[in-house]
Amino acid sequence: MTDLTKLTLAEARDGLAKGDYTSVELTQAHLKSMEAHRNLNAYITETPDKAIEMAKVSDAKRAKGDAGNMEGLPIAVKDLFCTEGVQTTAASHILEGFKPEYESTVTSKLFDNGAVMLGKANLDEFAMGSANTSSYYGNVINPWKGKDGKNLVPGGSSGGSAAAVAGGMALAATGTDTGGSIRQPASYCGIVGLKPTYGRCSRWGVVAFASSLDQAGPMTKTVRDAAIMLGSMAGHDAKDSTSAPMAVPDFEAALTGDIRGMKIGIPKEYRVDGMPEEISKLWENGVAMLRDAGAEVVDVTLPHTKYALGTYYIVAPAEASSNLARYDGLRYGQRVMDEGDSLDDMYSKSRAAGFGKEVQRRIMIGTYVLSAGYYDAYYNKALKVRRRIYEDFANAFGKVDAILAPTAPSAAFAIGENEDDPVKMYLNDVFTVPASLAGLPGLSLPAGLSSEGLPLGLQLIGKPFDEETVLRVGGVLESAANFTAKPFGQEG
Amino acid sequence: MSSLDKETVRRIAYLSRINVSEEGLTELAGDLTRILDFVEELQEVDVEGCEPLTSVADLTLPLRKDEVTDGNIQQKVLSNAPMTDAGCFVVPKVVE
Repeated sequence: MTDLTKLTLAEARDGLAKGDYTSVELTQAHLKSMEAHRNLNAYITETPDKAIEMAKVSDAKRAKGDAGNMEGLPIAVKDLFCTEGVQTTAASHILEGFKPEYESTVTSKLFDNGAVMLGKANLDEFAMGSANTSSYYGNVINPWKGKDGKNLVPGGSSGGSAAAVAGGMALAATGTDTGGSIRQPASYCGIVGLKPTYGRCSRWGVVAFASSLDQAGPMTKTVRDAAIMLGSMAGHDAKDSTSAPMAVPDFEAALTGDIRGMKIGIPKEYRVDGMPEEISKLWENGVAMLRDAGAEVVDVTLPHTKYALGTYYIVAPAEASSNLARYDGLRYGQRVMDEGDSLDDMYSKSRAAGFGKEVQRRIMIGTYVLSAGYYDAYYNKALKVRRRIYEDFANAFGKVDAILAPTAPSAAFAIGENEDDPVKMYLNDVFTVPASLAGLPGLSLPAGLSSEGLPLGLQLIGKPFDEETVLRVGGVLESAANFTAKPFGQEG
Repeated sequence: MSSLDKETVRRIAYLSRINVSEEGLTELAGDLTRILDFVEELQEVDVEGCEPLTSVADLTLPLRKDEVTDGNIQQKVLSNAPMTDAGCFVVPKVVE
């Protein structure tokens, strides 16, 4: 029998439809793989009993001829999505033991479409990080190893989701992306990650980090899988007033393989100082592949690119400081209180004990830039620069259909690196943050290997609500790059 | 413009309602100053006549009928609270 954990989502869907195996068998294979790879710490909470139960229900539904788009397919859910009755932590101590009384819109859509939940995937605390080293529940280890055999980070913040998919511990996973948290870990783990347009997927029931940037999306083995899964996640939701009242297209149908005559933009400002040779080579190869497929490659300019990270690290912490004010030790989450403490004492002690270092730093930066006397100099200024960045993209998309760039400035690095200075860690997001600030769809797909034999991703950025073009070009790039390498232990 | 001293950090920590130790304040002053130095480059961007961009969602906020759509879920609301009594959240004494 074939190893069911090596299937793509599309293959498993077709295999289930043909009756080659059942959802219970598919789910059991993944639960076994999760057990075997527990050392990678990809999951915070495994839900094997719920998974088997959901798989049984799914098999019964299929037997009645009532199969949804994700019917019987076992997936990991980033532990930022509220799941009814299942602990949801956001990788924070402050939410340890929190069991939501409701289901996020995205997960309920996936489950309504038949998906089976294997467990809740690890992440950076409150999705704040680029290495999955800020989780209260421990670091996630990338299934890939460099030549020296050191443990590498999976990227972040959706590091557990990426490691689970790369390591055969889930057919696919949900992720969320605020400044690169789907695309960068996808690049580090050699998988596909799609951040949809802001507003494409409902944010209802997703633990909030920075509400004007947060967006849920699929993390999968192939571009086709991303198209399938996005179709089951997207759609208008009255419970999220920023969710777009637009019809969900058939994303899979966009994969025509034909990009002849399409215009692909190459932003010259992404050629940053000190870009490693292997990253620029990867990018050049990508350009050649698209040109060979009949696309026209055009230079574009995004003049405010160098200010994107600075803008992001004002806007995101500002929104986070406001969003995270809800953790008060009162209504849910951890409470720390001693005899005779005032309300303020309780707040301050609970939040000091409940939040990790990076989260505390971001809350404080956000509080500072929003405080009287600094609001205009920092926050308002950042919002104005954000508009400049937004306009840069709008101008570029007047000339091109999609933009090609690297996803990240390096391959996965060793756990412990870039931890000495918070700003060093922020630089990992240099190529992903601009599209986030502009709310645009971005797809990362594995396109080559570093000198260390580690995966490197290329990123396609599209117009608002034009995930179809991003997927179409991504499909062509995926075929041309023919990335077949697998992480350690996953060969064959 | 952006070097933070310990007293400023103490003030921010209070506004954030996060207890920070004396040593913690010194460490945070360094970290936060590095972050503020990093974002300092925004000051050089010309934003004359530029409106702040608060959201990329090109939407007017939708309106709905002013009617009750949920409620009667007291148990659910309280189920994750660290301390409850008689169907209420329990807070420390706030009035002497």
